[in-house]
Amino acid sequence: MSTTEVAKPVLPVLQDYAAIVGEPEITELRELARRLAGRHAKMVNSTAVGGGVAEILNRLVPLMEEVNVPTRWEVITGGEKFFHITKAFHNALHGAPYEGAADWFDTFLATNEENRRRMQFDEDFVVIHDPQPLALIAQRDSRPSHWVWRCHIDLSNPNEQVWDFLKPWVDRYDASLFSSPQFTRGLRIPQYLFFPTIDPLADKNRELEAVFVRGVLEQFHVDPARPILTQISRFDRLKDPVGVIRAYRLVKRYEDCQLVLAGGSATDDPEGAAVLREVEEAAGGDPDIHILNLPPWSHLEINALQRGSTIVIQKSLREGFGLTVSEALWKKKPVVASAVGGIPSQVIHKLTGMLVHSPEGTAYQIRFLLANPSFAKALGENGHQHVKEHFLLTQNLRRYLTLFLVLLEGD
Amino acid sequence: MTVSLEAKRAEQPFQFMAASYLIRIGAQPVQTLGELANSLQIGPRESIFYHTFQSLEAHHYTSFSSDFAQWALTACNEAALAEKLAIVDLREIVSLEDLRGILVQIVRDYLKEHPQAAERRAFEAFYFCEAREVTVPSGSPAWTLAELAEGIRHLGHQSLHYHFINSRLRLQLKTNDFSYWIEHSLNHPWLAARLNRIDFYNDTLDDLRQDILAILEPQEGR
Repeated sequence: MSTTEVAKPVLPVLQDYAAIVGEPEITELRELARRLAGRHAKMVNSTAVGGGVAEILNRLVPLMEEVNVPTRWEVITGGEKFFHITKAFHNALHGAPYEGAADWFDTFLATNEENRRRMQFDEDFVVIHDPQPLALIAQRDSRPSHWVWRCHIDLSNPNEQVWDFLKPWVDRYDASLFSSPQFTRGLRIPQYLFFPTIDPLADKNRELEAVFVRGVLEQFHVDPARPILTQISRFDRLKDPVGVIRAYRLVKRYEDCQLVLAGGSATDDPEGAAVLREVEEAAGGDPDIHILNLPPWSHLEINALQRGSTIVIQKSLREGFGLTVSEALWKKKPVVASAVGGIPSQVIHKLTGMLVHSPEGTAYQIRFLLANPSFAKALGENGHQHVKEHFLLTQNLRRYLTLFLVLLEGD
Repeated sequence: MTVSLEAKRAEQPFQFMAASYLIRIGAQPVQTLGELANSLQIGPRESIFYHTFQSLEAHHYTSFSSDFAQWALTACNEAALAEKLAIVDLREIVSLEDLRGILVQIVRDYLKEHPQAAERRAFEAFYFCEAREVTVPSGSPAWTLAELAEGIRHLGHQSLHYHFINSRLRLQLKTNDFSYWIEHSLNHPWLAARLNRIDFYNDTLDDLRQDILAILEPQEGR
């Protein structure tokens, strides 16, 4: 499957971003790209929809094309068993126990091999995202292409059995990209810092009319007149939706608030349905808890829910980066989020949001912000500026162009 | 006959560069202040520079603009050490080896007074990083101060950083690209010195741009 098979809405062009990041940044992006003219790149990941990686690639690839660095995005295929295995890998790399069957490593490699056989790697730069397609590097031959592994996962405390299996494959790459220095593993290959980014012009983040926001809240029976606490994330245990409900209940003792838990599922996450059932059970029929299992194309609705919220929560237990935090900060929302993964890069405690470590701490900070709306507003304003400096799509484009130039120069 | 600064044409033009940086993360994390002292002693000079100068644009949201000071405060809870690391007057230092020596001395002196802090594990590890720099010529060369100011108005953040801050690594910390050109190609050392006195250490990059233009623009009109 390639980008040509992924539905393409009308996308903004690079010049459209000048109004946000300034004309000089756009001019310089074009100047950097000019030095790469004639070079081709390939991005490979494991899902075309759902999840932060697919979202980033959806927006990044067209901009790479526009600056004359033709970039092909390909998605590996695999059966239910493969994605069950890679989900277990994902959780294990985040530090969860691993109880894989004896044949799982072989199945992983066999699926990679099947994908490798049907794919071609003629590009100058091949960027492999996350562990699922990691072993495609077996295709590497004598051609002077550059292979890069983009790890979106926090590898600070991985399950050793899974990491020991994957590491020899990682070592074959020319460079690795991590969302935080804390995520790295002391690799022999160069490790570069690559923040994930959001697209300020995407439906999920662009400005919305207040009437539209209100309409979406009403559509989901959320009362705009009372405080709205929202967590946007996949129904995934690592996002701790049940912990969010616990925090909401602690706040509810003091404030007549509502909770929105909105998310969807990705094709490479087979656990979503089970987690959704657990969340519904934990909600226990509370009419002020709104559990919204949204389809992947609900970007405008998610945007409206974030904009309509009083406070946005991201109470993950583990996190790659947590782009939903940047989405909320971009909308100038006060954020209460766990100090895990890449979240502390986005939320600087008491300056761009509030960092927490437990459901009780989450409730405590929510109550504080509800009682101090001017402080909450200042956090949102700072957060917006922080995202503008570091976490917008144009910076991601710049980092890739710079990476490719560095690779050509030799590290 | 006097020639106004605005009209004066330089002997050599100033070539603006579009600069971009890729941050390379070191392989060995530092877990304690004792390890920090050792890593400061033997780490790459590019890392010393990076953690002292490169992170300036993020300064609004941290207590200190030096990464070493910020880490000592937030990860080691050693506020007094953080302050000592933060107040090093960079203008008095003319080489990275001198800067390295001063930082090492500060940490070692502190640990002599507070030996219990040397081996205490930080809340979060410190990773020595360094910036890989890529540059390409950008825009039209400037022959006059007015053209220099116009070019500065149109520089991206990273390119402004390259010319005014990262240039200190190339020029042994003494000056910046704009001052160097004004002094050597326009023969105006007083103006070069004035520009070089800007306290960029406490500025954001947008503030820095305004400070530079505030000095250059009156000269344009003379």
